[in-house]
Amino acid sequence: MTLDAKIPDGPIEKKWDNARFQMKLVNPANKRKHRVIVVGSGLAGGAAAASLGELGYNVDCFCYQDSPRRAHSIAAQGGINAAKNYQNDGDSVWRLFYDTVKGGDYRSREANVYRLAQLSVNIIDQCVAQGVPFAREYGGVLANRSFGGAQVSRTFYCRGQTGQQLLLGAYQALARQIAVGQVRMFPRSEMLDLVVVDGAARGIITRDMVSGKIEAHAADCVLLCTGGYGNIFYLSTNAKGCNVTASYRAFKRGALFANPCYTQIHPTCIPVHGEYQSKLTLMSESLRNDGRVWVPKEGVDPATKPTKIPEEQRDYYLERIYPAFGNLVPRDVASRAAKRMCDDGRGVGPTVGDQPRLGVYLDFADAISRLGEDKIRERYGNLFHMYERITAENPYHTPMRIYPAVHYTMGGLWVDYQLQSNLAGLFVGGEANFSDHGANRLGASALMQGLADGYFVLPYTVGNYLGATKLEAVETSHAAFGDALKDVEAKIDRLLEPEKKGKGTRSVDDFHRELGTQVMWEHCGMARNKEGLEKALERIPELREEFWSTVRVTGSAGSLNQQLEKAGRVADFLEFAEVMCLDALVRAESCGGHFREESQTPEGEAKRDDENFCHVAAWEFTGVGEKPTEHREALEFEHVKLTQRSYK
Amino acid sequence: MSASTFKLTLHIWRQKQRGARGEMKQYELDGVSGDMSFLEMLDVLNEKLITEKHPDGPVAFDHDCREGICGMCGVVVNGEAHGPQAGTTCCQLHMRTFEHGEHELWIEPWRADAFPVLKDLIVDRTAFDRIIQAGGYVSVHTGSAPDGNAIPIGKNEAELSMDAAACIGCGACVAACPNASAMLFTSAKVAQLALLPQGQPERFTRVKKMVAQMEKEGFGYCTNHKECEAVCPKEISVQFITQLNRDLLRASVRRD
Ligand code: FES
Repeated sequence: MTLDAKIPDGPIEKKWDNARFQMKLVNPANKRKHRVIVVGSGLAGGAAAASLGELGYNVDCFCYQDSPRRAHSIAAQGGINAAKNYQNDGDSVWRLFYDTVKGGDYRSREANVYRLAQLSVNIIDQCVAQGVPFAREYGGVLANRSFGGAQVSRTFYCRGQTGQQLLLGAYQALARQIAVGQVRMFPRSEMLDLVVVDGAARGIITRDMVSGKIEAHAADCVLLCTGGYGNIFYLSTNAKGCNVTASYRAFKRGALFANPCYTQIHPTCIPVHGEYQSKLTLMSESLRNDGRVWVPKEGVDPATKPTKIPEEQRDYYLERIYPAFGNLVPRDVASRAAKRMCDDGRGVGPTVGDQPRLGVYLDFADAISRLGEDKIRERYGNLFHMYERITAENPYHTPMRIYPAVHYTMGGLWVDYQLQSNLAGLFVGGEANFSDHGANRLGASALMQGLADGYFVLPYTVGNYLGATKLEAVETSHAAFGDALKDVEAKIDRLLEPEKKGKGTRSVDDFHRELGTQVMWEHCGMARNKEGLEKALERIPELREEFWSTVRVTGSAGSLNQQLEKAGRVADFLEFAEVMCLDALVRAESCGGHFREESQTPEGEAKRDDENFCHVAAWEFTGVGEKPTEHREALEFEHVKLTQRSYK
Repeated sequence: MSASTFKLTLHIWRQKQRGARGEMKQYELDGVSGDMSFLEMLDVLNEKLITEKHPDGPVAFDHDCREGICGMCGVVVNGEAHGPQAGTTCCQLHMRTFEHGEHELWIEPWRADAFPVLKDLIVDRTAFDRIIQAGGYVSVHTGSAPDGNAIPIGKNEAELSMDAAACIGCGACVAACPNASAMLFTSAKVAQLALLPQGQPERFTRVKKMVAQMEKEGFGYCTNHKECEAVCPKEISVQFITQLNRDLLRASVRRD
């Protein structure tokens, strides 16, 4: 299989214009003859479903939550980037493009990233028009702040709830289309399979999570906007329901999975506080604009109250090691530095289990004395509030404690420039695709990508596909739907079987916790090496065996059953984990969020190997427990020169 | 950080499915830590019910982000929607709140005709979606927007609009209201858009349609109990209800 990214001709600034000009259009009367399935209702899915509905297509949109307004995009706090240059501080489309390619450690496609930077400006306009209450200056213009890894102020925000407000904007646009009948919404529905007919995606199989009914849905094409797979680690900042199932089932039906090992560890999360912990909470990294990161210097007792440690006994290690960027170094750099400090025994906070202290301080004392407590409250009030709720410590008076946690996955289903996978008619948007962030995503870029894909890319490229492709009519009576239905039902029966036979002994969560914290975080987390990854690849199939023979799923298939929902997702994580570890093993270089201990500079920074790894690794399913086949798409850099990233 | 743990007696609403008869059931739970969130406490209980093969099975409850932003979680604890801590969803409520005091908790779903129980603590809140569908948006197509800075918006208006927009749609306001009114929820969206220039063209038709839908869904009327404001995890102010009523009055004398 050769991977053709279908990058349009012409200079980079003109590629998207050229692509749009060459697109086939569907005439308005024909649009209503097409049905499009959108899975996921976050920024990418919600925006795409609304925009396709506005264009006149019939859209069926699915989400697992009880309302499309609750998709996990809602939890993004900090902001959204756009190359508006309203601050006159030297920003431009070109600079945003450059920063994103560099921030991604030169593992993304130039043409895609350039388009993203171009579209960023339209997104802000669209959201303002929808009534998204962005922060404003006294003169009435939009306010900006600078954000993780950027030296210009290009981030737009709504207090600490930017994701929520952007999602509600998309949700309201979607609601308008639901009201006129252009979009049919299926909440509390989980996609359990993709249906492929004659090599093209033509529908999905879902489970109604209230009645347990398994249903087939046919369409002319399918859009997956189903988010990332960070929950494979059990503890992550993702919402509890986030999962890989939709993407993974598409992978099993032939879609390639690209760069699965690229995961982002976010530096500013609240540290683990107990064994019962169910998830980790992120504190927006906008906090790093005013907070200073430090640990006690060598020889200071880490249990000393931080306010009692004098200035000269503190090590502001980010400012020390990276004087040019200081506390604002990109996420991967900041995360690894924190890990190094704690591995050296200089971490702070409580110990959990037999772990060393895993935490560093994020201190606002300087900012508060410079700007006053009110200013800080205005900027971060809700975040401070949240921190206090969880830890019972007041960050206005004592430094916060933070530690890195899994936050985002850059890997995803492989797509070409049109956001179409190698399977015809399968489009993938937002975090679910792999395309724009390379090996590391910059802060405030996830919202930008989700909305760019949803509002401004997919509505065009889906139209182009429908206009250019002659599709036979396919109904759910087609044999391919019957087969997929049977597969799904058989799998559900298998999940319930151990308990029925009296062999169910371990809960789903227990398996998930072991896979996530003992296998994946241990061996495929912030730092990876050959030995650990090989160990993980040995352990995963064993754990999977144990799962299928001893998992205890109570209740029935034909009712609301949260254990069963979880079991299906964990079963997929248990297969997908191998693909992730294999990808991490084969990519013997370090790049962005993927840190291979064997490939580092003498100072302990990530060292890329452009000669051997300047490519996208896209994996093809060959069977459960079988080694997937690797396909490579070479990355070419015409506009940004490959250099070793330096933030010193 | 609390190192010690304590024991709880839990009374939890158990109901098999929509329309079925439910009842309060009692469970004992040991080893509760103050650092656990309320939902983590329920996780621990469920893990126990599963391993002990308890005939009732695990308790079904809605949740997702566990960060207080998605609005998916929501139960009544000892008669208070989202529990006793002001400005806090039950996913952000921590067990240290209960460490000193009664160690007996009554946990129930939202109670309202417009929110039928689906199972245990899970209710159907799609009525809220239909209120938004009735007009809780600005009618603007993708691609037709002018430059974001074309219309200046005062900082104060933007901030006030954001105060209203902070609603997470959890339904606590309905659960707390003696009339099961959805007025706080509806007014928050009406006010957010009415405070912005973008929302003006549809301002009066919007308020009429949304209120009509609210009534159609079977929510009760607002009679100024203000219980909604007291339990709202985002501390949305009842001043938005006043504003809605003003707009509704003005809408009734307009001819659009
Ligand atoms: S689970 Fe999202 S608000 Fe509580």
